[in-house]
Amino acid sequence: MTPSVAASAARPVSDRLAKRASRHVKERIIEAILFAAAAISVFVTLGILYVLLKESFVFFSQVPLWDFLTDTQWTPLFDDAHFGIIVLLSGTAVSSFVALLVAVPIGTVIAIFLSEFASPRTREIAKPILEVLSGIPTVVFGFFALLFVTPILQWFIPSLPGFSLLAAGLVMGIMIIPIVSSISEDAMRAVPMALREGSYAMGATRLQTALKVVFPAAISGIGAAYILGIARAVGETMILAIAAGMQPQLVWNPMEPAATITSFIVQVALGDLPHGSVGYNTIFAAGLTLMLFTLVFNMLGFWLQRRYRERY
Amino acid sequence: MSLPAEEIAAIRANIASRKIRDLIFTGIGILCLGIAMMTIAALFVDMLVTGWERLRPEFFTEFPSRRAGQAGILSAWVGSVLVMLVTAAVAVPLGVAAGIWLEEYAPKHWITDVIEININNLAGVPSIIYGLLALGLFVYTFGLGQSVRTAGLTLALLILPVVIVATREAIRSIPQMIREAAYALGATKWQTVKDHILPYSMPGILTGIIIGLSRAIGETAPIITIGALTFIAFLPPAPITDVAPYVSFEWLKAPFTVMPIQIFNWTSRPDPNFHQNAAAAGVILVAMTLSMNALAIWLRYRLRKNIKW
Repeated sequence: MTPSVAASAARPVSDRLAKRASRHVKERIIEAILFAAAAISVFVTLGILYVLLKESFVFFSQVPLWDFLTDTQWTPLFDDAHFGIIVLLSGTAVSSFVALLVAVPIGTVIAIFLSEFASPRTREIAKPILEVLSGIPTVVFGFFALLFVTPILQWFIPSLPGFSLLAAGLVMGIMIIPIVSSISEDAMRAVPMALREGSYAMGATRLQTALKVVFPAAISGIGAAYILGIARAVGETMILAIAAGMQPQLVWNPMEPAATITSFIVQVALGDLPHGSVGYNTIFAAGLTLMLFTLVFNMLGFWLQRRYRERY
Repeated sequence: MSLPAEEIAAIRANIASRKIRDLIFTGIGILCLGIAMMTIAALFVDMLVTGWERLRPEFFTEFPSRRAGQAGILSAWVGSVLVMLVTAAVAVPLGVAAGIWLEEYAPKHWITDVIEININNLAGVPSIIYGLLALGLFVYTFGLGQSVRTAGLTLALLILPVVIVATREAIRSIPQMIREAAYALGATKWQTVKDHILPYSMPGILTGIIIGLSRAIGETAPIITIGALTFIAFLPPAPITDVAPYVSFEWLKAPFTVMPIQIFNWTSRPDPNFHQNAAAAGVILVAMTLSMNALAIWLRYRLRKNIKW
């Protein structure tokens, strides 16, 4: 090998190595950018917690926590201000209860029907319909609850006021049917075929198999569906803000109008509250309460969902 | 050996009643699906009938007004389009990049677990909480004001989990051999992602983006919470100007209204004439979200049919 040949061969190699080094740097930069994008989601959560806690801290430095939890009046914008969150919670609880009375039975029946009875053709038609139902904006559902469902209900129950938790809850229930039905259906379809075949081999009918074998086997996933449905109902805003009225009062009767945590936040945001006033801080305290409830329900739901996935 | 006749009869009666119960349940199942379908039909027909008179071309070109008969949705639909532009511009790159990192790069590490659990939780946070986040952080801490950019950013954060999950699912469906083939030819990780993983998962990602945007366009609560005005009788400054540099981003800082807020505003007035407007605007909003959803469903359907690895 002459020196000249060695030199000409060495050059491209070092060039190639240099290119590889720069490429390596580029790869690392890109990876860092992608990681930053993924990490932003964590900052969103931190941002939510920071804002809610910071403003709630201001709120609780003026309103004792004990009053917040035990007072039975909610009049944060009056001169005689009371901050009993139980009032808003009662509205949220009653409307969510009505919604679940609609969504749980209908959603469960649809899930059993689609998973155990329906032909693939029926399923192909039914699933997009359910997706459409979950895609309708909630403000439109609110319009529907106030101006279509309420008049019909008043025809049956003449004493029903123009705004009621009942009308809002019923429509909210229909809105969360797709959540309940799709998660339950996934859970039931994850049940191994062998269980069904065993049941059929014993001479069971479809309905017996569905109710006594598949349903119990999928129960934790179905529970997850119900709980995620509750979380959705608790956080729902516009239907309640439009159709349930916004008077805060301690209610246990769905035939009455009432404010919920969410509709109270909307009501305050619609008005003109100065930044830093107690009223302004109130919506963050209400938001923190809402966040705690949905967090608990969501965690429970995810935990149950994961459990049935692990078992099979 | 045969059973006594009455026992056979009893068994037959039992079987017959079981079969009838099966049939009855099928009927109940169809009935329940029917309730869902009837609700959609009733909702749409009711709005169409109520709002029919107002669904005229002028409805799209008029500003809201104190007189219901003259009011239109010009500022609302323009506002919705502008807010969606900001939302898409933020949520798409962030969501897709996060999805790629989680599927292709993420090491088995506690940080990855934290990010995954966090995204699951974010998907379940009620939309109004995002409104509070935006009010406390974007409006008052960062001083972005009650503007198009604040609304766009808020909705972008709201749909981020949708885009991330869709991206991950689309990427996960690509078989490992595609990556191995690229590496065997000496491609780097990013080259593999850019030239193979991304193009092949594009239809799935697109489906997720469309579904996310169709959710964002109907969101009302977070936008009300940041304090958007409900009565806007002017348009944001045009993005294209006649003086250099010919593009203007002033519209990002402009006050705005969007379709759902306009509907909410008209619905909450006692005058039934405004309810007509709300219904007409509702028909348009539902048509917008439904056509976006239909596009997404069609994309997914085509995707399933055409791609076989």
